[in-house]
Amino acid sequence: MRKKEKKLLIRIIIAALLLALATIIPAKGILKLLLFLPPYIVVGHDIVIKAVRNIFSGQVFDENLLMTLATLGAFVIGEYPEAAAVMLFYQTGEFFQSLAVAKSRKSIAALMDIRPISATVIRNGVAEKVSPELVETGELISVKAGEKIPIDGVIVNGFTSIDTSSLTGESLPCDKTVGDSVISGAVNLSGEITVKTSCAYNDSTVARILSLVESSSAKKAKTEGFITRFARYYTPAVVIGAVLLATIPPIFFSGEWQNWLHRALIFLVVSCPCALVVSVPLSFFGGLGGASRNGILIKGSVVLETLAKTDTLVVDKTGTLTEGCFYIEDIYSPVIPEKELLSLASAAETHSNHPVARCIAASPTSHLAENVTELAGKGISATIGKKEYFFGNAALMEQLSVEYEASVPLTAVHIADRERYYGYISVSDRLKPDASQTIAKLRKSGINNTVMLTGDNRSVAEKIARAVHIDRFYASLLPEDKVKKVEELMESGKTVAFVGDGINDAPVLTIADAGIAMGALGSDAAIEAADIVITDDRLERIPQAISIARKTLGIVRQNIFFALGVKAAILILGALGIANMWIAVFGDVGVTVIAVLNAMRTLYQKNNCKEKTV
Amino acid sequence: MKKIFKLCELGCANCAAKMEDKIGKLDGVTLASINFFTQTLTIEAEEACFDEIIKKSQKIIRKIEPDCYIEL
Repeated sequence: MRKKEKKLLIRIIIAALLLALATIIPAKGILKLLLFLPPYIVVGHDIVIKAVRNIFSGQVFDENLLMTLATLGAFVIGEYPEAAAVMLFYQTGEFFQSLAVAKSRKSIAALMDIRPISATVIRNGVAEKVSPELVETGELISVKAGEKIPIDGVIVNGFTSIDTSSLTGESLPCDKTVGDSVISGAVNLSGEITVKTSCAYNDSTVARILSLVESSSAKKAKTEGFITRFARYYTPAVVIGAVLLATIPPIFFSGEWQNWLHRALIFLVVSCPCALVVSVPLSFFGGLGGASRNGILIKGSVVLETLAKTDTLVVDKTGTLTEGCFYIEDIYSPVIPEKELLSLASAAETHSNHPVARCIAASPTSHLAENVTELAGKGISATIGKKEYFFGNAALMEQLSVEYEASVPLTAVHIADRERYYGYISVSDRLKPDASQTIAKLRKSGINNTVMLTGDNRSVAEKIARAVHIDRFYASLLPEDKVKKVEELMESGKTVAFVGDGINDAPVLTIADAGIAMGALGSDAAIEAADIVITDDRLERIPQAISIARKTLGIVRQNIFFALGVKAAILILGALGIANMWIAVFGDVGVTVIAVLNAMRTLYQKNNCKEKTV
Repeated sequence: MKKIFKLCELGCANCAAKMEDKIGKLDGVTLASINFFTQTLTIEAEEACFDEIIKKSQKIIRKIEPDCYIEL
């Protein structure tokens, strides 16, 4: 409890004692008024002052004014105990509300406490403690046991186990040794390690996560924006309603003006929109925080809304459903020796980032490739030893009008020059272990439409799609075909989430309703384009993200219905004269506290991903 | 250019919404966003106008919530 809250608590206690005293002492008239004024002033003076000050600075309609009018009105009609008690009750509620907000802020701050304060960099053999921003890429930093790793890098000395739970929610520590890469924000548990930094602090995992979370609330959800606008019109409307309630029955229908004024005051007290204005943003923010604790970075409350509505999931095959690292299965080389074919291909694929290329380029080569040109969706061409060679898929061979071996069951890179076909190298990719479980989970959660897109050939695509039980798949797609397919689905009225690993999926990630980038922490383009980033590459995070989004929106809706429902009921009861001020104050303050506590539930998301198999 | 400031003693979510609205309408500001829970104010504006914008924002904030201020 901070000083401000402590002071309020003291005032509440003193006022409560004074009020109890005033209730016990029998008095009437002026004396009674004088007895009830002290507790009222002690507990309510700042509200009245704020109300008056706000009128002069232009903020006329707010809760301070409502409470002031209500309680002063109660004094005017002679209800002294009620006036003082209601103000006391209101301030007690405000006190609890402050506590709830402070607590939720603390929880959120604790979640975000991944920021490293310093880095121990080793320069010229001497260890210096500096601010992480000052460490350059390639420098050596030392991280002792118990310290947070400040910058992404590779271990060059030492071995240890690290805890990434504050980043990914993964509770099992992970063993790392020389040659392994480690991410910033993780806690070094057992042994001191020396790490060679692979990027600057501002590009490291922890800095990226922090900046994503800090700016994530800039794009407000439709529901949130609606609430703020609602509150702006609502308060003046209610004050007018109260005035009408206080004046029309007495004037036109000869009602007792004291009675109707009382009802109008109750009307005022219960109508404050605080419950909604505080609880709705809190729910969304809690949802974002709860998700990031599980390694799911969501860029804003709007994304939560879209995710919850998702009914179609489109998945990229390579690198998303599959591991993305290929293994050479077979080499067919009828013309030249196999080693020679592999050597040619390896030389050409050296500079390509495509996973198939990287696999081939891992083989040794004695050639040097020049003029390497990428032929989008088909392959590459290169000049080796003064000859022009082509390396690519069936489409490339068709284009060259070269007779090739078409019946390859796996992904193959065919090699040819302008006249002759030299053979192929076939590679295969491994399905991720949690792939079919994830699709099954998605189906159980109501996503009946799963689609797989790939640039790979049909038979490979079919094998994978069957293994994972995907509803539909489209193969041999060029990057722009993938965009078209997603557009088609969206045009047919579906809310589409697209999952890709980012390397060439940026356009699709941008256009999909919800673009999800997988473990793509190395790819800036993906992070920029995606709406959601899954930091630990696990497919199971996808159904988890959708469930978090649905839970959050559920809580938001609960709060809206609860708050509006209770208030409406009390308003009607108040107008009919059945509710008294106590119920009215509960309708305002009690509902707010309940809504805030309910909203905090969004912070606590079960981490139901299975333990990582190392 | 985007700058993030810490807001101290921000007590009321409704007030935060009002401040955000008014600051967003200042000359030179393309985006203003207040995160009630991390108590941060994010302003996107031309580098040259920032000093002026900060001064005006302080005034707006003080009028709406007198105890609240920007930590510089």
